[in-house]
Amino acid sequence: MMEYIPLNFPFLAAALLVGISFYILIFKRNLIKLIMGIGMLASGVNLFLVALGYRAGGNAPIYTDVPEGPMVLPVPQALTLTSIVINVAVLALMLTMVILIYRHTGSLDSEKSRKMKG
Amino acid sequence: MTSKKARNSLVIVSLVFVAFLVFALARDIHLNGIHIYTLGAIAPDLALPGGAMVPIRIILEVDGMSIFMGIIWATVSLAAAIFSLSHMARETGQTRFYTLLLLMVAGCFGMILTGDLFNLFVFLEIASISGAALIAFRTRFADAVEGGFKYIVISAVAGLMFLFAVGLLYGQYNSLNIGYLANVMQYGTLDMIALTLFLISLTIKTGMVPLHMWYPDSYTVAPANITAMLVITSHACMYAVFRICFTLYGITLDATTVGWIIIIIGLLTMFVGVTMAVFQTDVMRFMSYHAISQMGYMWMGVGVGLAVLGNPEALATYGRDAISGGIFHILNHAMYKPLLFMTAGALFHRTGTRDLNKMGGLGHNMKFTLILYIIGTLSIAGIPPLNGFASKFLIYESVYQFNPVLAVVAMLVSIITLASFTKAFQSAFTGPQLPEYKDVKEVPKPMLIGMGILAAGIIFTSIFPGLIVERIVKPATDALINQAAYVNGIMGGMP
Repeated sequence: MMEYIPLNFPFLAAALLVGISFYILIFKRNLIKLIMGIGMLASGVNLFLVALGYRAGGNAPIYTDVPEGPMVLPVPQALTLTSIVINVAVLALMLTMVILIYRHTGSLDSEKSRKMKG
Repeated sequence: MTSKKARNSLVIVSLVFVAFLVFALARDIHLNGIHIYTLGAIAPDLALPGGAMVPIRIILEVDGMSIFMGIIWATVSLAAAIFSLSHMARETGQTRFYTLLLLMVAGCFGMILTGDLFNLFVFLEIASISGAALIAFRTRFADAVEGGFKYIVISAVAGLMFLFAVGLLYGQYNSLNIGYLANVMQYGTLDMIALTLFLISLTIKTGMVPLHMWYPDSYTVAPANITAMLVITSHACMYAVFRICFTLYGITLDATTVGWIIIIIGLLTMFVGVTMAVFQTDVMRFMSYHAISQMGYMWMGVGVGLAVLGNPEALATYGRDAISGGIFHILNHAMYKPLLFMTAGALFHRTGTRDLNKMGGLGHNMKFTLILYIIGTLSIAGIPPLNGFASKFLIYESVYQFNPVLAVVAMLVSIITLASFTKAFQSAFTGPQLPEYKDVKEVPKPMLIGMGILAAGIIFTSIFPGLIVERIVKPATDALINQAAYVNGIMGGMP
């Protein structure tokens, strides 16, 4: 089954996610949608990193009961984990700020809740 | 009450200790050259254990340029922390404030001392998250939360673009270490895409002109001490740009094209920043646009150096001086701009408004603030005895030999800067005493000490510009130009 999926399929998916999220970031005015866009951007980048770590024929670097053959170096997976943790913090902080903005202005529309111009 | 005092002294003592360590390290680097520290290795300088070809562990690498930024951070963060002792005294949740402040210091020190691209990303995000929380710290103001939200959105997007570029480089060369990557860099198509992503993301984070929209919004609403630290966070991001262009790509880079891109961004930033500043009535916003404008000088100076990187003759005649001018301007900007932001914070602290049209006659009661403001103004405008002149003159002189038009624009911007600062000075400090500000007092001592540290730095640099340039600016310049030394620091004697 695996050989029917082209190897660069994950990369296409990552590019699609990044493209959609940039569309959201530029054209959507709702702050919650903006945050969802950033979440999707993060997923796209994480998917890209994980896809980079795939080596055909490599084994997972788990040392118990290991099959014959080369092991992969798990750096991209470590990067992805770190990146996910950072994004949780970023998204949580953004959501708290949106709650505060809503309390102050009563709106989630980025045009209406803008105080500063010029 | 005593616990508050204990907490405040812990913050100040730890920052003083950091400053002491930074200066000790600076002396050591001056004597012995590049330092590396391999995290988790048996010996700290064991970058390639057991004859490995690729450095696997995270390596911190400190050379002249890193320690130059370290000195700036140590000084300005100490001044900002002392300033906040009184400036934030009326706020609740101060323990969290100081925790975030120290986290921000840690993040930026990580950015400037690391030799690993992914580590740079992690510290960039740490600095962004704590910075955004600090901007929005006074949540009772609607605009503060809005400024913080803008900062975190921009930082998140910029950070993810940076991570994407790091992924591209890892996919090709299987390493994250800057020294190793510089050694094997091919400058193929994917590397160009990665460079573009790096430049866009860090241009956003620095706040250069086509992408500067968030900058005045966030800087205006943050507490003044945090704005001072955000200025040097921008410098840390600028350091990342220079590190990537000079050290990571170095000679493989198409130096003329990339150099011109950086020069044009710098030129636009300089001009647009200052013209926007002229119309502002909010004192913090006015200074934010000036901060944008001044950063253009640094990009122009360093950009000229980058454009002639492949031409040893031009590099020796004026390229090296242009880079020195740009880097020296970072140091000067990191002293006078936080000072000016802090005087604006002092005005806000006593009057409760940021609107220049509502202020007036404050010079009668706030004499020390007035003097500190004058020092900052003369320095930013590049008036001869002060340090702003020293670095700007170095930039004019060397850039003129590269392209006279650039130097003319730079001088014009400097004149407009002086004009607009005079206007702000006149509306805030001079004139008759206004009835509503009759009882305004001078700001408390810790704020004056915080500003005084920076003013003392300005005066010291103005008296001994030669000493500063020889001891810390030239080593930083050479560290940028000399890519081979950085690579050798990691790869040792390997081919």
